[in-house]
Amino acid sequence: MSTPIVTASRRAVPPLGGLTTTLLRLELRRLLRNRRTVIFTLIMPPVFFLVFGTKTAYRSQSVGHGNVTAYVAVSMAVYGAMLACTAAGAVVSVERAQGWSRQLRLTPLRPVAYVVGKALVALVTGLASVVVVFVVAAFSHADMPAHVWVECGLLAWLGSLVFAAFGLFMGYLLPAENVMQILGPVLAVLAFAGGLFVPLDDGTLFATLAKLTPLYGLATLSRLPLTSDGNGWTALLNILVWGGLFTAGAAWRFRRDTARV
Amino acid sequence: MPADGTVDVMDSTLTPDLPSPRDSSRSGTALASRPPAVRLEGLTKSFGDVHAVRGLDLTIEPGEIVAFLGPNGAGKTTTIDMVLGLSRPTSGSVEVQGLTPHEAVARGHLSAVMQTGGLLRDLTVGETLQLVGSMFVDTRPVDEVLHRAGIAEIADRRVGSCSGGQQQRLRFAMALLPDPDLLILDEPTTGMDVEGRREFWAAIRADASRGRTVLFATHYLDEADAYADRIVVVRRGRVVADGTSAQIKAMASGRSVRATWPGADLAQLRAVPGADTTEQRGDTVHIHTTDSDAVARYLLTSTDARDLEIMSRGLEDAFIVLTSDEHSDDVVERTAR
Repeated sequence: MSTPIVTASRRAVPPLGGLTTTLLRLELRRLLRNRRTVIFTLIMPPVFFLVFGTKTAYRSQSVGHGNVTAYVAVSMAVYGAMLACTAAGAVVSVERAQGWSRQLRLTPLRPVAYVVGKALVALVTGLASVVVVFVVAAFSHADMPAHVWVECGLLAWLGSLVFAAFGLFMGYLLPAENVMQILGPVLAVLAFAGGLFVPLDDGTLFATLAKLTPLYGLATLSRLPLTSDGNGWTALLNILVWGGLFTAGAAWRFRRDTARV
Repeated sequence: MPADGTVDVMDSTLTPDLPSPRDSSRSGTALASRPPAVRLEGLTKSFGDVHAVRGLDLTIEPGEIVAFLGPNGAGKTTTIDMVLGLSRPTSGSVEVQGLTPHEAVARGHLSAVMQTGGLLRDLTVGETLQLVGSMFVDTRPVDEVLHRAGIAEIADRRVGSCSGGQQQRLRFAMALLPDPDLLILDEPTTGMDVEGRREFWAAIRADASRGRTVLFATHYLDEADAYADRIVVVRRGRVVADGTSAQIKAMASGRSVRATWPGADLAQLRAVPGADTTEQRGDTVHIHTTDSDAVARYLLTSTDARDLEIMSRGLEDAFIVLTSDEHSDDVVERTAR
């Protein structure tokens, strides 16, 4: 029992600011343990797909290079990945409320490494959400060329990182322990405005305003490989502007948070 | 010990022959060459008009077990937050093992058991330790710290369903992971029941026997008395006394005399030289005195008093004397020099 305590030599500081695979693995496990998160990100999107996208008529109606079923599948993949990323970011509110953020200041983990960890977890859960919807869709008569599956999936997945920044921003901003309960309805409204559930009727005032909302850009861009119509540049601009705003907001709150204590 | 009650207490911190059986576990490292575990110089911290810490100097040598004792609001937690690097001093300096607090934390030299919070409810006890352990370069194995904190049997339990005492021992286990040279405990047993407190301190004590420096804040006098080599009493953001438990007790010099005396004549009693305060409760009189012999002699020879008892004051009395607002500043000067 008499292990000598290291005192004479200076010990090392961990690489990567303390970010490790153990950290990522346990963070993922925590997210999967949260029943609400699992339902919202892995179960609801494929269920919505089955409800909205599998009418027999949709199989034969074509959209761009595929059928309507495939179009709905991409929309639901975006919806799921966006929810997964937001949840992964918003978890910081819980960690702040439980004093975990403060505890981490008594470890070598650098604040930047902490945020990068959250982003990586968002990427993994976002990918899982996209894959689940696409697998269900593939078995439910969704039809589009293989490269379109891949391109739509990649855009939905990586584009959703914008919402990881949104989740972080809200997680740092809102003091509530379960920020996702507040964000859920907000995201549902944004999903309608982004045309994820029902296509926007061009020309209406609602459609014009909807094009300015943050999910519109992500949804339009993710469907672009399938539809090959619409203005990709407008969608990209939408994503970049909102992504910039969310990232700036998250960075602002993050700095305040780490300076405060 | 000087008879007049003044104790040059700061000397004790430098005296090498303090009882420290823990020295034996240290592998012959030259003490003189090592930086102090903690060095605070002219430390102040103000929150607007509130001056929580006002010029605090403290040096803790490696291997000491120090209690940071004071009433609520004395500035204990504010000071500890600065030692841990959780807040920045308004002025003054903090050094831990010769490093800044941040460096000391990042290199695993310093860790702490906080009062509350700091745990994720949805992880298990074992997972929490794996997670924290993964962040350090050198860590003790999870199984080892589980055993040392006495929570090996609840490794698979969710943190959220652990009792307050179990959570506190988990915080202790987390603090042990980097095998720190300095362990800081901020009122670690607040809200624990007696049994929980006893078990917690048994674990700390077993660990401290390995030569670790320990600094703990507490407002429980018995904890300071039982577990510390050295007690640093703080009041209003300053050190008002610093010494061993016996030295602190001696500062509140004097004894109390109690006797049964129906129809006591207090006015007459007060005339006895050395009787500081007198008090009557039913048939019993209590006298605080600097000359218990004179008071006892008077009571037994000149009155009908019987069942006489003479007691030396406990640490609690010393604590009250040192930290009460009536405590005059010249005494503060005398003891803190």
